[in-house]
Amino acid sequence: MKFSYYPGCTLKTQGKDLDIYARKSAEALGIDMEEIENWQCCGAVYPQAKDEIARKLSAVRALDSAKKQDGKLLTLCSACYNVIKRVNNDMKNDENINLKANNYLKATGYLAEGDEYNGETEVIHYLEMLRDTVGWANLKAKVVNPLKGVKIGAYYGCLLLRPSSVLQFDNPENPTILEDFIKAIGATPVVYAMRNECCGAYVSLKDKEVVKKTANRIVNNAKANGADMLITACPACWYNLNHNSDGSLPVKYLTELLAQALGLI
Amino acid sequence: MNNEQAKIISELSGTNAKQCMKCGKCSGRCPMFDSMDIKPHQFVSLIAKGQTDKLLESKSIWYCLSCMACVERCPRGVAPAAVIEAVRESVIRVQGQNQLKAEEVPQFVDPEFPQQILVSAFRKYNR
Repeated sequence: MKFSYYPGCTLKTQGKDLDIYARKSAEALGIDMEEIENWQCCGAVYPQAKDEIARKLSAVRALDSAKKQDGKLLTLCSACYNVIKRVNNDMKNDENINLKANNYLKATGYLAEGDEYNGETEVIHYLEMLRDTVGWANLKAKVVNPLKGVKIGAYYGCLLLRPSSVLQFDNPENPTILEDFIKAIGATPVVYAMRNECCGAYVSLKDKEVVKKTANRIVNNAKANGADMLITACPACWYNLNHNSDGSLPVKYLTELLAQALGLI
Repeated sequence: MNNEQAKIISELSGTNAKQCMKCGKCSGRCPMFDSMDIKPHQFVSLIAKGQTDKLLESKSIWYCLSCMACVERCPRGVAPAAVIEAVRESVIRVQGQNQLKAEEVPQFVDPEFPQQILVSAFRKYNR
């Protein structure tokens, strides 16, 4: 099966491992990830101000590009998923944003006269693709190197789950998709309270001390519940939990463990 | 009291602060609570009362992570994070109020910083 794929800025630079192992694993699972052409950075944060149009346009362009391929846009970085899915919701449900974004894309020649984008594309996260297209049982059957005895804490963070009314990714207070993934690759999931707490995000640029507190709170809670490592789909979480915590718990991208379980590393 | 400014901020936020029943769950859940001089529930309360002066001077607007924990837990459908973002936008949209100058960035940057953090910081601190 083929998916239009939006890698995003970080997966081409500091977060290369997240992307490389995702592509390798998808290939082994019979999934064709086709990178969309001329994508631009999504902006990394969803602009909440109601009059905001310009900062949403790169997401609309990516969504429209996928609409013209197979109607599905696969994302992997938690921030890209969050921003693109929320902008898609605006294009579907907010008449003001829809009208102005379409007018802008027509005026700049991106959309032809008579063409418009109204939220038709389905935004899919890599984990949703694993669950719904590959299937946990099928994934489990393809694992050649099960991570037996490894206790893994799923770190969801904020961007995959909230706001749940728009993202509809999983139960925002008691999610299970990452735990199901951990079981499929043969490891043991460790459930801990702070798994859906924000890591401190962009604040680590200007105030590291504050983010050290949030990062350590998460890491200590996972350790107290017996985790040997954490997994994430978010480069900012990966950075904050690795570099702003005491470093006592390894934090890995979920795709690296997937590739390892599939015997690709 | 500045009702005109409060109306603009309220419209930018797209949320109805008057729906708040003051249960405090938003602030109870906030991961940045300790770093905030004005707490999320107070943003909602002050905007409902039309009192914007304190909000526009608050340093909380540089700490809100937009993690949406407050929005998720509000039993009344109010979005405190959207009020905080609307206040922050009202500050940085004024000329000369950008909080992060490009030339300052090298002193903060760790070579391992993901681009995602740099892009989001610029989006949050600057217009």
